[in-house]
Amino acid sequence: MESVVDLALLGLLAVTAFGVLHLRNLVAVVMLMGIYSFLSAALFVVLDAVDVAFTEVAVGAGVSTILALGTLALVGTRQKRHAKSPLIPLLIVLVTGGMLVYGTYDLPRWGEPDNPVHGHVAPEYLADHVPLAGDEGDVLEVHIPNIVTTVLASYRGYDTLGETTVVFAAMVGVLTLFVGSRRQRRTGGPPADDEGGSGAS
Amino acid sequence: MRDQIILRIAAKILIGPIFLFALYVQFHGDYGPGGGFQAGVIFAAGVILYALVFGLDRARAVIPTAIVTWCGTLGVLIFAGVGVAAMFMGGNFLDYGVLLYDAEHAQHIGILLVEAGVLVTVFGVMVTLFYSFAGRRRSR
Repeated sequence: MESVVDLALLGLLAVTAFGVLHLRNLVAVVMLMGIYSFLSAALFVVLDAVDVAFTEVAVGAGVSTILALGTLALVGTRQKRHAKSPLIPLLIVLVTGGMLVYGTYDLPRWGEPDNPVHGHVAPEYLADHVPLAGDEGDVLEVHIPNIVTTVLASYRGYDTLGETTVVFAAMVGVLTLFVGSRRQRRTGGPPADDEGGSGAS
Repeated sequence: MRDQIILRIAAKILIGPIFLFALYVQFHGDYGPGGGFQAGVIFAAGVILYALVFGLDRARAVIPTAIVTWCGTLGVLIFAGVGVAAMFMGGNFLDYGVLLYDAEHAQHIGILLVEAGVLVTVFGVMVTLFYSFAGRRRSR
């Protein structure tokens, strides 16, 4: 039963991807990308990764769609035709895809209990053991039912701090781009007197 | 879209539950799927829905751009601040166990604070991105 659901979802993903490639109306493309996100989220649910599915729906299908539509309002909704031949890009895609498929032959079988991923730190995480400061080998049970939250916020706090910083960096990047372009358009006045110069406009 | 009565009423009905659901996702993240990141995005989605229906100016009057930019910064500071606080109290960076008298309790508090930091940053950044993109269109 699960494989039927998997096949159906993957088939729909492929159809959506071809639709994205084929269509020239970018609004329709953005909508299809949202559907693509929803289908991926459904696949994550099948894989029991509910947290990932949740994020995919909220970010991929929700906010990204809105931001893409906002961009389309600036750049127009028709895709320009390419004059160049698609042969070289097709070749690159085929070679890269072929290498990726070849790489999967070295992966261990999905879901095997003795895979390397299950033998490293995962048992400690699943056993809910946080090493206590100072005492060697002394552990603490955190008693938080959702393992994902414990891993993200406690065991892997460094990584999550890094991710939060990346999100922050994205904001700084967008603000720099937009404020910078606003300054260039109003040539003449000193940037310090610019109302948008503070980044808070 | 302010003259579309169905959109306006639907948005008014939805925005409250959206914020409530964001809080649920935030504080229920210990027990079910969810956490700061998802809650931040849902919070931002509520604000974006308001801005889409009632206009960017009114959204900016409710939540000014300066505040969302500050939020984007503040969350990272909260997260890193918890880590530094743990260092000051004798532990390693981001070692929540030393924050309180009881290590298990301290872990819960540390995770709560860190998730709050993620929520604030993600909310601030998402709304800032939306304000930037949407505001640029009008300046043309």
